[in-house]
Amino acid sequence: MNLSTKTQAPALRTPLYDFHKSLGARLVNFAGYEMPVQYEGIIQEHILVRKSAGIFDVSHMGQLFIKHPENDFSKLTTIIPINFDKLELHQSKYSFLLNGDGGIVDDLIVTRIDEGLQIILNAACKYNDSTLIKNHLGYSFDIQLNENLSLIAIQGPKAASILEKFIKGVSKLQFMHGNKFIYNDKKIYVTRSGYTGEDGFEISIENIYVKNLVEELVNKEKVKLIGLGARDSLRLEAGLCLYGHDLSPTTTPIEANLSWAIPKNLKEDGGFNGDKIILHQIKNNPKRVRVGITPEGKAIAREGVKIFSKNNTEIGIVTSGTFGPSVDGPISMGYVDFNSSKVGEKLLLKIRDNLLPAKVTKLPFYKKNYAKH
Amino acid sequence: MTEKRYTKKHEWIEVNGNSATIGITSHATTQLGDIVFVELPQLQKVFEKDQAAAVVESVKAASDVYCPLSGEITDINKKIVDDPSIVNKDPESKGWFFKIKIKNQDELKQLMTKEEYVSYSKENPN
Repeated sequence: MNLSTKTQAPALRTPLYDFHKSLGARLVNFAGYEMPVQYEGIIQEHILVRKSAGIFDVSHMGQLFIKHPENDFSKLTTIIPINFDKLELHQSKYSFLLNGDGGIVDDLIVTRIDEGLQIILNAACKYNDSTLIKNHLGYSFDIQLNENLSLIAIQGPKAASILEKFIKGVSKLQFMHGNKFIYNDKKIYVTRSGYTGEDGFEISIENIYVKNLVEELVNKEKVKLIGLGARDSLRLEAGLCLYGHDLSPTTTPIEANLSWAIPKNLKEDGGFNGDKIILHQIKNNPKRVRVGITPEGKAIAREGVKIFSKNNTEIGIVTSGTFGPSVDGPISMGYVDFNSSKVGEKLLLKIRDNLLPAKVTKLPFYKKNYAKH
Repeated sequence: MTEKRYTKKHEWIEVNGNSATIGITSHATTQLGDIVFVELPQLQKVFEKDQAAAVVESVKAASDVYCPLSGEITDINKKIVDDPSIVNKDPESKGWFFKIKIKNQDELKQLMTKEEYVSYSKENPN
């Protein structure tokens, strides 16, 4: 067997790099950062998040802050299709940056904060996104990609009770809402959100204080760090997209089955990049659409596996695939012809030299467990 | 039963007369992490030396397992197909992959001893 993986000299590290190493993490290059892929084992880490709680270092992700003298961000709707005037203070929304053809340049979480907007961007896209947003908004906006901030996620059914011990009041946050909190006399920003299909929080904290917070959670509450390996299997079980795999500049939100993230008024009236294409796809259905796929056997259909109909016509491609520890079997997402996208539709997956049976499955593969208030 | 031999591709080989049992090393399973799927060759299939004969998948990736000697498959370990975690738990005994009837005993000379493999895998951890 060949164990070697493609490696290149990684340039960037998060403030927790030494801490990850001290915990015995296996590090890989991810979006130019040397990041932990696993500590003790992907399955074990995955199950721990579903059962209890785990901490993720997602400091490689971009934290973009946008200010405007009148807090009027409506100009952004053209490239991020949400109603910024209706975004309440401390409310978060999942959305995406669109190119002129309605293709997804990045997916993101935007939160309305006191100073304006906080946007969490994918690591591999953050510099490009930042430039794109600056070019679109022009000089009346103050736009900063803040690299002095780290981002930590704590996810799992016990996340709220654990974090409440260190940051008073966080357990009262509603899902997809945030607020300012004080940790050791320092101002931090916490949102109730995440990307695992579990209840949890994302904490934006200055680089110089992040280690202290994580060490406290690890030492006093015995919370474990979780690598990107388990983050991938958790998000895939939750039916969530990974940019660069399930989403790309040639994929529209309608094809990606993310129509729910565009507000009703915009879906009717347009007024954003690619609106003609997107409105047409809403009305007439897209040619291809993202679906969940469950293989019948144990073989994993990974990214790039071709999808065939039961009469052997090629109808699509797998964009993500792994072993789902909580569903105890292989799971995939991919794009198939709209006519073959119904739940229960039988498919064939070309894995190595075999055509293996599978079927279209309702997403998520694993039921969500978000906080309701 | 002779001493185990090893390959640079992290397979181990246990030779018993004309028969060889093949599996993947403990070092390989540590590198791969949790193994969740194993695909084994068909009985009686004939492989040339270094041809891909089996597949092992961890959560993160799929890897080929090569047949380190030319020969015909005489037995496969169905238990690791039903429960791939056996490969993680006991890679160099209960987690064996397949057995072959050795075609050419001379090929054995090219394999590494345990000491050679240990130093090789230290120098080439991946």
